[in-house]
Amino acid sequence: MQSSPAQSTPAAQTDRGLRFFHRLSFEETFFGWLFIVPAVLGLLFFRLGPVFASLYLSFTKYEIITAPKWIGFANYTKLVTDALWLRSIEVTLWYVSLFVPLSLTCAYTIALLMSRNVRGITSYRTLWYLPSVVPVVASATIWRWGLNPEFGPINYPLKVLGLPAPRWLTDPDWIVPSIVFIGLWGLGNSVLIFLASITSVPRTFYEAAEVDGANLWARFRHVTLPLTSSIIFYQLIVTVINSFQVFGVAYVLFVSNPSASSAGPDNAALFYVLYMFRNAFGYFRNGYASAMAWILFLVVMLLTIILFYSQRRWVYYETEGGGS
Amino acid sequence: MTAYRIRHTASRFLIHLMLAGGSAFMLIPFFWLLSSSLKAPHEIYVFPPKWIPDPVRWSNYREVFEVVAVVRYTANTMIVTLFSTVGVIISSSMAAYSFARLRFKGRDIMFGLILSTVMLPYVVTMIPVYILFTRLGWIGTYLPLIVPDWFGGPITIFLLRQFFRTIPLELEDAARIDGASRPRIFAQIILPLARPALTVVLVLSLLYNWNDFLAPLIYLHKRDMFTLALGLNALQHFESGLDWTHYVMVLATLMVLPVIIVYFLAQRAFVEGIVLTGLKG
Repeated sequence: MQSSPAQSTPAAQTDRGLRFFHRLSFEETFFGWLFIVPAVLGLLFFRLGPVFASLYLSFTKYEIITAPKWIGFANYTKLVTDALWLRSIEVTLWYVSLFVPLSLTCAYTIALLMSRNVRGITSYRTLWYLPSVVPVVASATIWRWGLNPEFGPINYPLKVLGLPAPRWLTDPDWIVPSIVFIGLWGLGNSVLIFLASITSVPRTFYEAAEVDGANLWARFRHVTLPLTSSIIFYQLIVTVINSFQVFGVAYVLFVSNPSASSAGPDNAALFYVLYMFRNAFGYFRNGYASAMAWILFLVVMLLTIILFYSQRRWVYYETEGGGS
Repeated sequence: MTAYRIRHTASRFLIHLMLAGGSAFMLIPFFWLLSSSLKAPHEIYVFPPKWIPDPVRWSNYREVFEVVAVVRYTANTMIVTLFSTVGVIISSSMAAYSFARLRFKGRDIMFGLILSTVMLPYVVTMIPVYILFTRLGWIGTYLPLIVPDWFGGPITIFLLRQFFRTIPLELEDAARIDGASRPRIFAQIILPLARPALTVVLVLSLLYNWNDFLAPLIYLHKRDMFTLALGLNALQHFESGLDWTHYVMVLATLMVLPVIIVYFLAQRAFVEGIVLTGLKG
């Protein structure tokens, strides 16, 4: 058996010892790469490649039939004066600002309630999650009639009680709130994730807090909240990113074909991706649509970066480097 | 102590009330869907809403087959879902095994790159990928919906890799001493042991492909190629001059039903999948 030089530390010796037994072998390298060939090709051709291709296309005029023609920043400068694009930003931001806080606070509250109540938790969990498995086309279909202002079951109790009943999907001011409402129906997804993280907080923490005389609020504020903050943070990012990409519901409810020139009364359902889709697949303005895609991509990346940097202030991580 | 007990019971009751109320909100739309699918069209548009159809029109479920190509759409959806799912499982589990167990130069960089695309918005890659498939002449076929899945999915790879890492190394070492090759170890030791994780991935992929709307919308244009999602969308925009709301509801029910059945059968896998994909942060 070979012994390592005297000057190396014990840790390095172990490492060397391990390497001796598990030397990087040709066999491992060969099969290692062989097994990831499909995934690497997928990464190149369906993800990384297209990201850069769309960056290139965003500087061109490209309508599929002719070759892409370099036009510099023309697509971007044109966007700024495109009233419909600005409208789509307005609609999307309005949606994001409503949906993100609402869905996160609701989901977290419900998860808290569920975590308090051990009996029946599984059936509640099952029922609350059920709408999340429904295809987007079907849920749009259901809510088109569910939110019908005259005959729908949602306005029914409001009318019976003599409360003002919104016109939901037909009133431009209510279209985004309606889509938020439909989105909240699929809340179960976040509830489940929050619930898993809340119930994984060790019991001993609560017991210790109780010994210290912490009441319900204090236990929540100083135990539950900090210990679940990393999941809240992660959910925040995911929800924001997804909210910027609303498409299916709005398309099914307000658009009949790819080149349809309106999206709901007053274009109130003209979501960002909907307008991008129309340009790409309705008008075949691929360069123009790519510019839109890249702006969205930059916004999403920027938000992720900002959130990542700000998390240090408020996200609590229990241990540093707890193994991968 | 009794005051405490009363408060405790009251809070329990309140929690139950809120959760049950919420559950009703979650369930009513399903009930509404089913109920509308069994009504005559003029009975859907009434105030106050009629919850129980009277008479129950079972014939809607027969007639819908004459109005829409239900069988065709279902078969199409199954083809896409099946081939995509098989592809994503084979390609992702191979990559996941390699990332979890084999050591080679560049492994961590490749894994990091693949993982970094988990959050990549679909819309950013949508146009170049469409152009790629146009060049290949695949528009109007199922290939654009199926082929990408044969090249691995980042989330699937991540999930499976995490699971493979929990399988004891000794099992693999024993097989290697017996002279088993890597592909054999992968197929005969790792995969059978990874059944719980594979079920999760299977269920999530089935659900995703069955429900997918955007990709079919981009690539499929001929009616007899439509998936259920496209068929359901088209039926709502179809100008027949007649009120087909009840058929729309029937088709929606038929599309949702298998999903709900699979959900109840594989609930554990669902819940695990959601939590695992959600907790990775």
